Amino acid sequence: MKLMTKNGLLLILVVGLAFAPLFLARSSEFAGADTQASDAISTLNADYEPWFKPFWKPPSGEVESFLFALQAAIGSGFVFYFLGYAKGKHSVSKKDQP
Amino acid sequence: MTIRKLKKISLLIAYVITIYIFFPDYAYAMHIMEGFLPFNWAAFWWVAMIPFVIAGVRSIKKTVALHPSLKMLLGMAGAFAFVLSALKIPSVTGSSSHPTGVGLGTILFGPTAMTVLAMIVLIFQAVLLAHGGITTLGANTFSMGVVGPFVTYAIYKGAKKLGAPLWLSVFLAATIGNIMTYVTTAIQLGLAFPAATGGVMASSVKFLSIFAFTQVPLAISEGILTVMVINILSAYSQKELQILAIFTGKELPTTKRRVNK
Repeated sequence: MKLMTKNGLLLILVVGLAFAPLFLARSSEFAGADTQASDAISTLNADYEPWFKPFWKPPSGEVESFLFALQAAIGSGFVFYFLGYAKGKHSVSKKDQP
Repeated sequence: MTIRKLKKISLLIAYVITIYIFFPDYAYAMHIMEGFLPFNWAAFWWVAMIPFVIAGVRSIKKTVALHPSLKMLLGMAGAFAFVLSALKIPSVTGSSSHPTGVGLGTILFGPTAMTVLAMIVLIFQAVLLAHGGITTLGANTFSMGVVGPFVTYAIYKGAKKLGAPLWLSVFLAATIGNIMTYVTTAIQLGLAFPAATGGVMASSVKFLSIFAFTQVPLAISEGILTVMVINILSAYSQKELQILAIFTGKELPTTKRRVNK
């Protein structure tokens, strides 16, 4: 199988895995697993008080999602820059040594 | 020459740090929250993590010093972890979590190199995003940067030894490594908060049901994505992969092609 076909099929699988839960578990809130863990701690040990507080929190959900999108954009920017660079280098070296 | 190598290492570290200063990560839903481990356990995991970090810094220095051409690839492995950690994905259990992305770097550069990258990620999350925490940094680094990568590495090597094809070894390694990170988190919380009836086991299982089951589909996604990147690398970056000994013997499509031509 060609590389593009192979990876294309794999990508479809990943997208399916990511979006299927939205339809399979419609009524859920999809909260983060860490929030659930702190709830579990308070039921296991009601007296437990976190003894250290974070210094800073992002002021709003909008700021948070902005930082997220930016992070994904920069990260994937570098990943795909590298992959493109590798492909370019590969095809040049193939031309040079027939 | 050594100054140049040092420059390259510091450039890489600066890149990682810059990303996490300006683009902090809110996504590590698995991390133990700040202040949520009792002091003694927090201290214990800190001490447990330190030898791995030292080994990791040495391993990165060695790789970059021996093969400066791999610097870009190392940066790419780091960037891969950044992207995946920014993607909070819904899971069938009705909650959300995200992949860790350390599997790719582990397969390429070995487990301890990823300990360092994972710790850098976790520090900036804790400081800038109130996610995870400084007090719980030891525990979180141990699960994501030590247990995850070492399990990934062991499975990758084991599967290859058994003769599994490259894609299957990579998939299993990344997927199971990801799940084991979350299993470790659950056990760490279980040890610190034993249930009144059933003790450590019972509460570990409780935390496991929160973290690990949510994680299964995401772990599979991470496995598939890691295979995709390895597919591309094995088509276009065989030289780098050969240096890193990703291929052995018969799995050297390029060398063959090059010899034939």
